[in-house]
Order: sequence, then structure tokens, then C-alpha cells
Amino acid sequence: MEKHVTQYQTVHFNLNGRDVERTVDVRASLTDMLRNDFRMTSVKKGCEVGECGACNVLIDGEAFNSCIYLAVWAEGKHIRTLEGLLGPNGELSDIQQAFVDEAAIQCGFCSPGFILTAVEILESGKEYTDEELRKLLSGHLCRCTGYENILRAVKKTMYRRLGKPMPE
Amino acid sequence: MYDMKALYQAKDVADAVALRLQHPDAQIIAGGSDVLVQMREGKRAGVELISIYGLDELRGVRLEADGALRIGSLTSFSHITRDPLIQKHVNVLGEAVDQVGGPQIRNIGTIGGNTCNGVTSADSASTLFAYDAVIELMGPDGIRRVPIQEFYIRAGKVDIRPGEIQTAVLIAKDSYENTHGHYIKYAMRNAMDIATLGTSVNVRLSDDRRTVERARVAFGVAGPIPLRAVHAEELAAGQPISAELAESFARAVREDINPRDSWRAAKDFRMHIAVESARRAFLESVKLAGGEL
Repeated sequence: MEKHVTQYQTVHFNLNGRDVERTVDVRASLTDMLRNDFRMTSVKKGCEVGECGACNVLIDGEAFNSCIYLAVWAEGKHIRTLEGLLGPNGELSDIQQAFVDEAAIQCGFCSPGFILTAVEILESGKEYTDEELRKLLSGHLCRCTGYENILRAVKKTMYRRLGKPMPE
Repeated sequence: MYDMKALYQAKDVADAVALRLQHPDAQIIAGGSDVLVQMREGKRAGVELISIYGLDELRGVRLEADGALRIGSLTSFSHITRDPLIQKHVNVLGEAVDQVGGPQIRNIGTIGGNTCNGVTSADSASTLFAYDAVIELMGPDGIRRVPIQEFYIRAGKVDIRPGEIQTAVLIAKDSYENTHGHYIKYAMRNAMDIATLGTSVNVRLSDDRRTVERARVAFGVAGPIPLRAVHAEELAAGQPISAELAESFARAVREDINPRDSWRAAKDFRMHIAVESARRAFLESVKLAGGEL
């Protein structure tokens, strides 16, 4: 059998506001690199085929499933994981606190992915209808049946950031 | 880790062509939402990959000198939906690709990958067929342009020759000008599902908005590759707008479509929803064009 020659490449990118570089096996997914090389364990290994959203991260401000993204494609990108949302002393961000307050978490496996999609939604600065929010959140699976509470947490934070009262 | 033999990253389009010639068996990867998943399934395990994902020159939408709409092959679905030129000229395409997978898939998935896959269910394909899109490829002998109807050869097989990569999808001005269209995706779920049937209609009305000048309809999953229903189109051309016209237009699509039984749906059911979707998409297109019944 033909011997496999491992191919490596050095990748430079910005992770949660910090410039980093790492030499990685080109076969690695972005999930592999973030978890194994940077200990970003909020990036969950779920389905690994881009269906469940547990591995979701923000790349240049947009949500991507890192399980179907080559690690070497991170070159030059700005990548954010849930770890990047914490304050300097480990304080929770408003959207994380809203997930706690609304009981939008049971087992917690889907939460980091959902929260990062919520960050993309919130940072757009737009006001969305419930129907639009449901569509924007539809790339994540929660098996503890928490969708209503998740929707409420995102909606509540959206209105708070917009400085508007949440409609009944 | 993906089961990959080697990865070649193209630096520019010329480099991609050179890599294609050097590694004829390698698989091209754009966004990877099909290729990487197939590798996980074992279908493409052990392949060599040529990545073109880094070629920003293939991203974005612009107008050519002759007014043709040019969509770079690596433009993501979400960027197509948000693009002002798309919204102005072929809004239906933006709406169609906004129904692919889920939000994260629409950020990584590209229109080039969607068409090069050659699958009949691709949400972009029926609308591109309905607009007579032209596929642009770059190869060792330069640029080649091929109508999308000829680009699709059979299920899973498209006309990409040795050394070529797809660089753009073009829609001529005469094709999009003064048209309004509507796409209906029929699927079991609203997100993360593949179309049981995709129907794309667009119409151009007369100046007084009482007559259909031109109507076009294309389907995905009504045959092994996307297809046009020309009998219905011929029937509607030049006819005054009416509910009866919508009915006969819809019934006429049965002349051209050839859906199959699959685990997703039976042939008869697809025939039924094709007629109903054609009727609804036609009425919605007429409405969008300012026509009144």
C-alpha cells in the first residue's frame, strides 16, 4: 500500500481578537484545529456533516459550521468562538446571560453554536420578526426541545440592544 | 481529519487550471458543503483536492458591458440573496438560494458548486434554467461559455472538461430585463432539507400589463436534470392574463416533466405538486409584474 505523506501548512489568523499561527495537518477541519490546537472546547463535535450547528463559529462576522471548513482556509480570517464573548474577568455577555435567564439551556451542547448565530443576528443591528428569527436560527438542532426559550432569549436581547420594549 | 490524499490550493484562476492539468483525478472543492460531506460518508475518501475557495476574484455580482448579470462562481448563497443587483434584476434567484439548507450552509455554499454538482434538486438550478443562464469556464485554451441546458449532461455529470474550472454564471440582459419571477421549493421541512420538487417561473408582461409576452418555467427533481416546460411556455406566450390561463399553463407542464418515484416522494405526487406549484408560481409572478386578474 502507498504510504501516506503527511502534508502540513502554517496558518495565520485572528482568534477572538488575538493574532495566532499554527502549523496544521492539511486534513484537519477548522473544528479539529480550534479544539485540538487552541483548546476552544465550546466548538462542539456533533454531526460533523454540517447539519446540527454545534460547531458553529463566526468567520469575518458570518456563521459557519467549522466541521465542514478546512483549517487551512482560516488563513487571514477573523474567527470568533464562544470563549471570545466573555468579559475580562470571565463575565457573561448579555446574550449568554439571556440564555441562562430564559432557561434556553438544558444539556448545553447546542448552546455555543446557537449563541454565535445569535451574535451575528444581534450585531446586524436590525429588528427581526419572530418568523425571521426562526429562519435565522434554523441551522441548529436542539434535542432537549428548547427552541421556544432560545427564540425568547435572542428576541429579548435584540430588543434590549435596540433600546426598545419587547412586544407582548 | 478528512480522509484526503493531498490538498492543492490554487493561488489564482490560472494556477487552478495548471493544477487541474497536473492532477487530472483531483476533485475541485469550492465551499465544500457537498465534497467534504461526501468525504465523511466515505464516497470520496482518499481523494486529492484542488481548493479554489481562496480565489476572491471569483466572488461577487456585477453587470457586464452588454448588461449581462455576472455572478462569480464562488459567490455564496447568502451574498447572492443580499446583493442589490440580484434584488433589482433577478430577485427570484436570491429567494431561491435563500432556501438552500440553513443559514450556515448558505454562508459557505457557492452557486458554482451548486451547479457543478449536477444534481437536479439544486435550489439555484431551476431558476438558472428558467433564465437561460450561461456557464463560463476557464481552461487551458481560454474561456468557454456554454448554455446551462447543455452544461448539465446527466444526473451528477456536467460539461467540465480537463483543465477547466467554472468561473461565472451569466444571465443576459434580454433574459432578465422587465421580468418578475417566483420560486417554490416543496420539501418536508422548512430548513435543512432537499427539494422534493423545485419550481421556478418568470414572466414578462405587455406594457398595459394585460398580456403575457413571455412566460418561462423550469423544474428541479422533475427529471434526472433540471428542465424547462416549453409546452406551457408556448401556450402562455401572447395570451391575456386570466385565471384560466394559469390553469392551462399549469396543466401543460405535464407534457414536459418526467419525475420519478424515490424514497422522498412518488412520481404521481410529484406530478401533482408540479402542476399546483406551476399555477401558484405563475400567479405570483404575474402579481409581482403588476398584472391583475
